[in-house]
Amino acid sequence: MSTTTAGVIFVLSLAAALAAVHRPFGDYLYRVVSGTRHLKIERGLYRLVGVNPATEQSWGVYARAVLAFSAVSVLFLYAFLRLQHHLWLSLGLDPVVTHEAWNTAVSFVTNTNWQWYSGESTLGHLVQMSGLAVQNFVSAAVGIAVAVALVRGFARSRTGELGNFWVDLTRITVRVLLPISVLGAVVLMLGGVVQNLSAGTEITTLTGGSQTITGGPVASQEVIKELGTNGGGFYNVNSAHPFENPTTWTNWLEIFLLLVIPFSLPRVFGRMVGQVRQGYAIVAVMAILALASITLTNVFELSGHGTVPQAVGAAMEGKEARFDVSNSATFAAATTLTSTGAVNSFHDSYTSLGGMMPMVNMMFGEVAPGGVGAGLYGLLVLALITVFVAGLMVGRTPEYVGKKIGAREIQFASLYFLVTPVLVLIGTAAAFATGNNSTALNVGPHGLSEVLYAFTSASNNNGSAFAGITVSTPWWNTALGLCMLLGRFLPIIFVLALAGSLARQHPVPASEGTLPTHRPLFVGMVVGVTVILVALTFLPALALGPLAEGL
Amino acid sequence: MRLPNWLAQHLAALRALLVFTVLLGLAYPLALVAVGRVPGLADKSAGSLITADGTTVGSALIGQSFTDADGNPVPRYFQSRPSAAGDGYDPTSTAASNLGPESVVDTVAIDPEESTQSLLTQVCARSAAIGQLDGVDGRRPYCTADGVGAVLAVFRSDGLTGPITRVVSVNQTAPATPFLASYEGVAVELAQPGQDYLAAGGLVTPIRGDAPAEPAVPADAVTASGSGLDPHISPAYARIQVDRVARERGAEPAEVSRLVAAHTSGRALGFLGAPTVDVLRLNLALDREFPAG
Repeated sequence: MSTTTAGVIFVLSLAAALAAVHRPFGDYLYRVVSGTRHLKIERGLYRLVGVNPATEQSWGVYARAVLAFSAVSVLFLYAFLRLQHHLWLSLGLDPVVTHEAWNTAVSFVTNTNWQWYSGESTLGHLVQMSGLAVQNFVSAAVGIAVAVALVRGFARSRTGELGNFWVDLTRITVRVLLPISVLGAVVLMLGGVVQNLSAGTEITTLTGGSQTITGGPVASQEVIKELGTNGGGFYNVNSAHPFENPTTWTNWLEIFLLLVIPFSLPRVFGRMVGQVRQGYAIVAVMAILALASITLTNVFELSGHGTVPQAVGAAMEGKEARFDVSNSATFAAATTLTSTGAVNSFHDSYTSLGGMMPMVNMMFGEVAPGGVGAGLYGLLVLALITVFVAGLMVGRTPEYVGKKIGAREIQFASLYFLVTPVLVLIGTAAAFATGNNSTALNVGPHGLSEVLYAFTSASNNNGSAFAGITVSTPWWNTALGLCMLLGRFLPIIFVLALAGSLARQHPVPASEGTLPTHRPLFVGMVVGVTVILVALTFLPALALGPLAEGL
Repeated sequence: MRLPNWLAQHLAALRALLVFTVLLGLAYPLALVAVGRVPGLADKSAGSLITADGTTVGSALIGQSFTDADGNPVPRYFQSRPSAAGDGYDPTSTAASNLGPESVVDTVAIDPEESTQSLLTQVCARSAAIGQLDGVDGRRPYCTADGVGAVLAVFRSDGLTGPITRVVSVNQTAPATPFLASYEGVAVELAQPGQDYLAAGGLVTPIRGDAPAEPAVPADAVTASGSGLDPHISPAYARIQVDRVARERGAEPAEVSRLVAAHTSGRALGFLGAPTVDVLRLNLALDREFPAG
């Protein structure tokens, strides 16, 4: 079998598996978030937390609960990192200093998992498993909860109530993330992912050198890192590390895990608004963008343009032999189409255009299929912008799933869309204006790409990097921390405000003049609007980086 | 007493975080550590350690450097891929090179300690060295015969246009001979340490040369992996090493090839990943069957 054929079958097998679970898993998620019964363990958790699961929250209360939980999480994680040297399993490592601890605390609470550090030489096992990995669960649950609250805004009428954040958080964690993680971790362990508390085993190699075989509770963190679209590696080299991703089939499984929830959530949307075809339209937009991006990334990487790939004969720098070029390119596309940011190969050494694709994926706002929850609410915002544009063209009031999209809704949608471009472009400009771009490893257009990638990744809560750049300085840690924080919570506030506004409305019955939003025409329009908006926003910046280098 | 709303909200948040930390941060991972102790999983969750003659010699999943104390290849062993992890295959400082596809100009400083090699020169140097070690053609496109990147800085009278005024081979310094005597009629100079020809306005011009499009030394042999711990090489890279290893061990090449085949895996299920050779276990098998004299 040729390399290309194998790579194509790899992608198709993932698509088939995702298509197969879309309905049953989406239906399960739907029952989790809309059921009225509480499990015994959940009732116990509500008692411990001190909340009444029967109460419902307005959008403001829901948003304040999200922000309170996240603020407490940042402070807790910050303290954890600063005090790690006093704790069990710290492996004799030093405390993490202020700007570093701020960056990492924000990074994991915002589902970004941007890492200025090398896990194996900076963090003890306890901080990783009881600090970072806990956020891998709950930050993912927060994203799904916010998406569900927005969908309730569409599904409900004449009410201020959007659900209960504590109930959503608890159910998603206990009924979805935890059971899949337990199962997935055991499967990964069968593949060779380590799960121990060892500080390392010193061995003598065949030629008499010494090597330390590192340990750690990796499998338990690896699975939720993918499933929750977090992406923070236990070790510096993330899913390229043989202890995080030992085999070609664990590689397949990890890509599947990071795509499965985002690709199933549109089903939840369809079920909740009572029109499953609306969910199919949304998942179709995601699938078209994702397949196009995965294909292009593969084409660019396999064709191997550029001086060094031509000299080598393949774009193999920074890629593992077991994954080769194609399975690495597919992982790179999947990890940036979602907000995961885990890597099994190093994007900085990709061909110029192959390395541009992860950036473009993130610039799309990570909607195809996007981060857990964040992808769905991002795409629903784009759908609103599309019906608005369509409404302008035909001179009718735009509607979407029975709700009028008025000035207020479009203001929230526009504000939502503007957050990340503003952060990315101002951040990149600020790095150059202050000379902080000098920490880039590569020179010329590729150096600009490293800076642009960093701000794109942080502001979109991805966490992958053109990793040659050194970002452990106070300026970088502070700036990227701010981007992650604003890039996560401003959109969440706008989405919840939008949800509140939609929930208050009377439903509008569909009429002759209503644009059907489940037909291929609408799917094509959303794809078009997304591509055009992103191209207009980012083309100039891309022209100075990867396009200048690759064309 | 009723707490103000905002305070109650934050107290609930703190309690929720602590509860989840116990559940997800302690119970969950520690239970999995316990599960990892059961037979069938125990070896894997501990790191797939390999023992030979009673001592642990490595992990089946983690590659090793088969080099001597000075970093030179030990010829009786199959060699691993280049590694950017520490001094090579160091699991305590895993890394990739992160050098880009157009990293083609070396920094030649006056103090050699401060000089850095471009990715292109690293590739060319590795290819030349492997070619010499294994007796195959080490030439590659965009590489000079002496194993550096074949790259010119071309100066034109009006910057980007106009007649060429000066041409420098940026990665070659004395006593080398420029890989091209002249470029479009202008004599090619060697680079002087400490000069930045790009900042001075030279246009970077890599020269393809006449090396075969499919070099004898395969791609994985001249590139660093993502992890720096890659336990595998391609079957093609193993193939060019067979004669040398056989010679060093006084074995028949066919016998060594048989061992290579025994340690080669095809694509799992026919389509996952790429065919690979497990270097550490292959070398262990060689030590067992053909101990070097």
